[in-house]
Amino acid sequence: MLIAPSILAVGVFVYGLIGWTAFVSTTNWNDLLPDYSSAGLANFASIFDNPRFQIDLRNTTVFTVCFVAAALVLGLVLANLIDRRIRAEGFFRSVFLFPMAISFIVTGVVWKWLLTPSSGFNSLFHLDPTTNRWFTDETVIHLGSDSPVGRWLGDIGLGFLTSTNFGVPVAMLSIVLAAVWQMSGFVMALYLAGLRAIPDELREAARVDGATELRVFRHVVLPLLTPVTISAVIILGHISLKIYDLTVAMSPIGPGFGTDVPANFMWTTAFNDNQFARGAAVAVVMLVLIAIVIVPYLIWTGRREIER
Amino acid sequence: MTADAVRSEVLRPRSLSRARRPTVRASRFVLYAALLVMAAFYLTPVYVLLVTGLKGFDEVSLERMWDFPQGLSLTGFADAFDKLAPNLANSFRLVIPATLISAAIGSLNGYILAKWRFRGSEVLFPLILFGMFIPYQAILIPLLQVTRGLGVAGSIEGLILVHVVYGIPITTLIFRNYYAAIPNELIEAARVDGADFVRIYRDVLLPLSISGFVVVLIWQFTSIWNDFLFAVTLTEQSNWPVTVALNNLAGSFSVEWNVQMAGALLAALPTLLVFVFLGRYFVRGLLAGSLKG
Repeated sequence: MLIAPSILAVGVFVYGLIGWTAFVSTTNWNDLLPDYSSAGLANFASIFDNPRFQIDLRNTTVFTVCFVAAALVLGLVLANLIDRRIRAEGFFRSVFLFPMAISFIVTGVVWKWLLTPSSGFNSLFHLDPTTNRWFTDETVIHLGSDSPVGRWLGDIGLGFLTSTNFGVPVAMLSIVLAAVWQMSGFVMALYLAGLRAIPDELREAARVDGATELRVFRHVVLPLLTPVTISAVIILGHISLKIYDLTVAMSPIGPGFGTDVPANFMWTTAFNDNQFARGAAVAVVMLVLIAIVIVPYLIWTGRREIER
Repeated sequence: MTADAVRSEVLRPRSLSRARRPTVRASRFVLYAALLVMAAFYLTPVYVLLVTGLKGFDEVSLERMWDFPQGLSLTGFADAFDKLAPNLANSFRLVIPATLISAAIGSLNGYILAKWRFRGSEVLFPLILFGMFIPYQAILIPLLQVTRGLGVAGSIEGLILVHVVYGIPITTLIFRNYYAAIPNELIEAARVDGADFVRIYRDVLLPLSISGFVVVLIWQFTSIWNDFLFAVTLTEQSNWPVTVALNNLAGSFSVEWNVQMAGALLAALPTLLVFVFLGRYFVRGLLAGSLKG
């Protein structure tokens, strides 16, 4: 069969190499030359023990939650603005969507300039550069252990939640802003396609029943958009869990590792420090996180297809 | 109709024949004001790219970042082009063959998966698709070993191979959905006429594939051009495509902002032009990669 070479290529390059990475993560190859003697789970213990990786896990969580939420809301708002029989619809659609055609590196370079504290938006809006430090801000917003909530958490044995490892690094929000600029148009396109697939009769029927526009949206339109929302969350979520190019171009590590991400940690561990086994362990953690999101989605879409 | 075709239908504006509800002038005004504010947000980086790139070295100051250039200076672009020209050439040497080969492979795979169901093809497809969602970090270390073993380490050829292989899932997906929309009766009729597997593909499907090819070519062109991770890991400096070179340029403190911005614009220009002229197909690729069936 002519498809055999492709199957072989995917089998080897996707599944075979994932297997090899998983194997490397259990070896002692933490120097330039390969050493495939078994290390058990020592590399995983080592990375989870590493304060930088702990911070990275916090960062990737904060980035994923903020980015997915912001892009979804903005995309939905844009789609609804566009879907009102406006003039120059094509123009607005293109303006919101063109960042998708650009590489994260270009986005990162431009947004670094836009958010440089001594210039950019600070000088445009006359903001004080000493308080608006954007991606150079080392502040981590977290629960104080002295605050009422913090004390209560301490009393019930959850005092660790008041550490900065469970906070929100302010610098990361600049990366979120740039990522939202780049990807929200994509969400808009998804929602716009979803909105236009909803027959007008459904909305009209609700209006005839006396529903206000807001209620029509809330009870008729939004539920019908659920499959679109799920797809968008999955796509955005898996992109943000592996985000790399954007942070590298904008702020590779950040103040106090405030914009560091697992992908960056993996790269520097493996290819700068030649600790290939530890780098592989980071990669395995990333793969597991993404598989948790993607595998159910593939099964879900597969089922939907069979139902047709 | 494929989902793709449905989507390109539905992306069209609502038909004007629909009865117009009475609209309040004020609400239209608010609507357009909101649209314009949002448009300004999306276009701000473009404005900054242009005005900074077109400024001379002496005019690039932090305070005057938002001002129009006093006189058009192309020195920023000339400098950036000097620095990035070899990398732009590398990007083209990479993107053109990789895009063409992946489209050919995707078309063939899509044809087989859509029209020649065989035992296990239902299971095979999601297994192939999984390959487009994985974090490439999970294959990067062995991939470097493999390219060394194949003797293509550091080279553009090696990078072409990598993009072709990891492009298989998405190109197969787009073509499979595209071909699924072509009626089976057409294939059956050709088969009754004695056409075999190859002739059905060549004489029946291929002539109907043009817009499918446009979607896939644009998709692959854009994603390979914009790739950074594979390029920075697998190529040596002389073979760096433009994304890696731009990141290097922007990371260097000795390079002025006007040169950086001009460089960013040069690196973005090819995919931006594709978007401007073939945006419709770009959107179809985008949607095909996210929602299937």
